[in-house]
Amino acid sequence: MNLNLTLIGQAIAFAVFVWFCMKYVWPPVMQALQERQKKIADGLDAASRATRDLELAQEKAEETLRESKEQAQQILEQANKRANQIVEEARDNARAEGERIIESARSEIDQEINRAKEELRAQVSLLAVAGAERILESSIDEAKHRELVDKLAAEL
Amino acid sequence: MAGNNMTSTEYIQHHLQNMTYGLHPENGWSMAHSAAEAKAMGFWAIHVDTMLWSIGLGVLFLYLFRLVAKRASTGVPTGLQNFVEMMVEFVDNSVRETFHGKSRLIAPLSLTIFCWIFLMNIMDLVPVDFLPMLAQKIGAWFGADPAHVYFKVVPTTDVNATLGMSLSVFALIIFYSIRTKGLSGFVAELTLHPFSTSNTFAQILLIPVNLLLELVTLLAKPVSLALRLFGNLYAGELIFILIAMIGLWQLPLHFPWAVFHILIITLQAFIFMMLTIVYLSMATEEQH
Repeated sequence: MNLNLTLIGQAIAFAVFVWFCMKYVWPPVMQALQERQKKIADGLDAASRATRDLELAQEKAEETLRESKEQAQQILEQANKRANQIVEEARDNARAEGERIIESARSEIDQEINRAKEELRAQVSLLAVAGAERILESSIDEAKHRELVDKLAAEL
Repeated sequence: MAGNNMTSTEYIQHHLQNMTYGLHPENGWSMAHSAAEAKAMGFWAIHVDTMLWSIGLGVLFLYLFRLVAKRASTGVPTGLQNFVEMMVEFVDNSVRETFHGKSRLIAPLSLTIFCWIFLMNIMDLVPVDFLPMLAQKIGAWFGADPAHVYFKVVPTTDVNATLGMSLSVFALIIFYSIRTKGLSGFVAELTLHPFSTSNTFAQILLIPVNLLLELVTLLAKPVSLALRLFGNLYAGELIFILIAMIGLWQLPLHFPWAVFHILIITLQAFIFMMLTIVYLSMATEEQH
């Protein structure tokens, strides 16, 4: 083991290698490592944030669904109420109309009856006069007795 | 076995000899043809195989990591990027756990140490004769005597390589110490610990003792760092060589040792890295 120039050569080579490593190898590799570390950390962050967002969205969707169901229920109830109302109204209208028709029919009938009564009255007086004429066979003063008979007929 | 006409001692020595290029007192700048010639070159010699393999492996490491770093994406990582990121994260965690100061240098330094040493160590798992034989063939092709082409594949079994690294780390320890505590603080740390009194005269007497103890502690750091790695890998390599010598029966032995060695390879790279971090964090911490 004789010491010689190799020693110095080795020391120089060593120094050059270390310099090169320090200058051109270590920094880029280290930088890449750190950047990747950061990227992964960011990714994990984003993932957890996304999970939270998803939860929020799900909650919101449920909320909206619940609300719309409620709304639908409300609308349905309103519609039902309205329908009932309409039916009720129609029924009332119909009843009123019917009553009105019955009423008018009844008054018409009354009118008819009155008219018939008038006619009968008129004819009764005629008949009575004619009958009396026949019975008496004598001429009775038509004008004189008519008044009497009319009075009689009005009492019918 | 490389060359059946060798004795086992020669075989082992051949395997443990680096390919050396240096200033020989007689031949001038030349390739060493023998261990003795390499020795005669003294300090002014360079281990070509160690340099080639270590630089090659270092470049391979940086090329792969740079490839990933350039197109590093923040998306889903695949294949090589996954691996690189795993390594970077592993080193980063180790640094964070141990080193509490702020430094742009220390993490890439640790990564380089771990990966480079790991790659250099893993050359140990290539069968011991494979690459040297190849080198001998190539050497012979260029007209060199194959017996004198030495080729050691594992750079960390060369104490120069490990010491080169540990001395760089040592320089960083001193640099960080002085930067954190100031020159006076650094000197005080060396001279006023572990023995200190309020008596000025006694303190002056204690300074040489403290200095001796602390210097040993300080110098033990790079030396132990280098020798631990070197010793482990050298011993491992030696055992691979010994196993390779026994011929046909080497396979059942080679395999468990290689498996066990995978542990050593990783562990030693990790220990070198961890100790570097620990030493540097000690250097940047305030007085204890």
